[in-house]
Amino acid sequence: MSAANSSVLSRRLHVTRWAAKHNNLTAFVTLALVLALLPFWVTNNYHRSILVFIGFNTMLTVGLSLLMGYTGQISLGHAVFFGCGAYITGLLTTRYNWSPVLAILAAAVLTGLLAYMIGIPIFRLRGHYLAMATLGLNIIFETVVVTETKWTGGPNGLLGIPRLNIGPWVLKSELSYYYLVWAVTLAVLAVSLNIVNSRVGRALRAIHASELAASTMGVEVDTFKLKVLTLSAVYASLAGSLFAFYLQIVTPSSFSFIVSIELVVMVAVGGLSSIWGAIFGAASITLLGEALRNIMPRLVRGASAEAELLAFGAILVIIMIFMPDGLTAGIVQWLRNVRRSGQRQAERAKQSPDAVT
Amino acid sequence: MSLESQLLQFLFAGLTLGSIYALIALGFVTIYNVTGIVNFAQGDFAMLGALITVTLYQRTGIFNRVITVNLQLPLPLAILLAVVLTTLIGVVLYLIAIRPARGASVISLIIITIGASIALRGLGLIVWWTDPYPLPVFTPGPPIEIAGAVLTRQNVWVIGTMVAIVVGLYLFFEHTLLGKALRACAVNREAARLMGIKADHMALFSFALGAAVSAIAGIVITPSTFMAYDSGTLLSLKGFVAAIMGGLTNAPLAVAGGLVLGLVEAFGAGLLSSAYKDAFAFLTMFVILLLRAGGVFGQRLAEA
Repeated sequence: MSAANSSVLSRRLHVTRWAAKHNNLTAFVTLALVLALLPFWVTNNYHRSILVFIGFNTMLTVGLSLLMGYTGQISLGHAVFFGCGAYITGLLTTRYNWSPVLAILAAAVLTGLLAYMIGIPIFRLRGHYLAMATLGLNIIFETVVVTETKWTGGPNGLLGIPRLNIGPWVLKSELSYYYLVWAVTLAVLAVSLNIVNSRVGRALRAIHASELAASTMGVEVDTFKLKVLTLSAVYASLAGSLFAFYLQIVTPSSFSFIVSIELVVMVAVGGLSSIWGAIFGAASITLLGEALRNIMPRLVRGASAEAELLAFGAILVIIMIFMPDGLTAGIVQWLRNVRRSGQRQAERAKQSPDAVT
Repeated sequence: MSLESQLLQFLFAGLTLGSIYALIALGFVTIYNVTGIVNFAQGDFAMLGALITVTLYQRTGIFNRVITVNLQLPLPLAILLAVVLTTLIGVVLYLIAIRPARGASVISLIIITIGASIALRGLGLIVWWTDPYPLPVFTPGPPIEIAGAVLTRQNVWVIGTMVAIVVGLYLFFEHTLLGKALRACAVNREAARLMGIKADHMALFSFALGAAVSAIAGIVITPSTFMAYDSGTLLSLKGFVAAIMGGLTNAPLAVAGGLVLGLVEAFGAGLLSSAYKDAFAFLTMFVILLLRAGGVFGQRLAEA
């Protein structure tokens, strides 16, 4: 019996480490190939734009999953960094005529610095307090963006952001943004996978398990947390910059705390500590949001996009109750249970053929 | 208006706002004390209470005006029914979302109550749409004038309701068996269980109580500020800010915290900038949180 138990345990361990070990490279290359070939199949511009949005959300959730899943620090204000990237890029290119690439880099540096400076005081908080503090930060950000009309354009948004150009080459088509956004997303993914499977990743997991134990083992807890926050903020800033060039307008509603909560939903769906899960979460929630946006008006006359809130909230609750490790892990576990009970039945049938008939 | 009467005006506005925050904070404290859970859906109960009252009291088109509800109950009855219904929603929320997740990690519980809050907000949107709804003032009549400042009758209702509920809760917790059982759970859940108190029932009751108090807060404030599907979120946040001033466990300090927060907002909006009203509340929160985490009030808070 104990042998059976341990084999189950080792199989489970094997599955959870499956992506983390030897198959990471294969999975990465496969993903890159699929993404490169996808536009040949998806030719509709609307569908391509959904893929671009999945890219943005992946950049955001990968960073957030590093922060929440690997260091156990909750953030309900991740949209702030996304917004900083977008607004700084927008301001530099429209008001100061900076070249887009330079603006993207400046936004990333400034947002990273901001995250670091916010992180120093805010990481003294934990649990509910950290959640509330980050949520409060997001509301302050929204208030500032809506109020400082002179700089940000207020509720109407910052208009007239130019198209992104790299040297003389100006990106105009949906397809060019698709490839650009996903190239950056893959880079973000590669960096994150390397971090997770390195010494740093082990240190982060140790922090998640127990900060006290980790610090006893010589892990510099505070420094690691700050570094991860800064890195995830830089990811978010990159996403924000590309978002600004893609839409050519940034409005406060794209960075409200509701967006932050949607990002947490994506991370939760993917499983709190899984980089691959983060992509799955980003893709499934973006698609679900889009589907609800199309379906809701048919169900409830005149229902707007925001009616998807109810579904998001319900999904969040259901997943956290029944699959605290995320939808991916939950489904894998469920399939395995089904298969095992099937096997058990087959075995029983073999042992006593009369009993079954 | 002279400066003195202006300041007095801000004081009245602050006390009114603060009373609402205090009531929501009391809901947070009650639930946290008994269950150890911070229920981020607290403000959404206020929204539900107010909007249900509106629906029962006046002709309302719900589900984007597909169904028209025309009950036109008298206001006191509408309020009573709305509080009962919201309490039931609180109970159902506990049973379907909180109870199955007992023993989950703090981060999971935070995500669950936030999910519940978003779901209630979405429900509010689907049922009542984006319109802000008013309620009539409870007792119409001229406002009370004090030294050039104006105190409306509804303001008196709000402050009076808060005082009545605080006194009522005090008597309940100090002088009834159920109240004492709840307090026992707050002090030590395991010991309370050994004494034969059903901790699960107490948790359920704390959610009912929290929902009822929030619903009342939402209803009394609606005649002066209107209520819409998304008003609950800010109420939750500010109620939480008030509650942490008492370390999430101390009810009298939470009430004081609510009043202080209301005054900070009213004076900040009046003297500095009304656009940054909400930002003041959260800046206050940061200062308090960081002072507390830094050891001024002890380390305990940072660990919760």
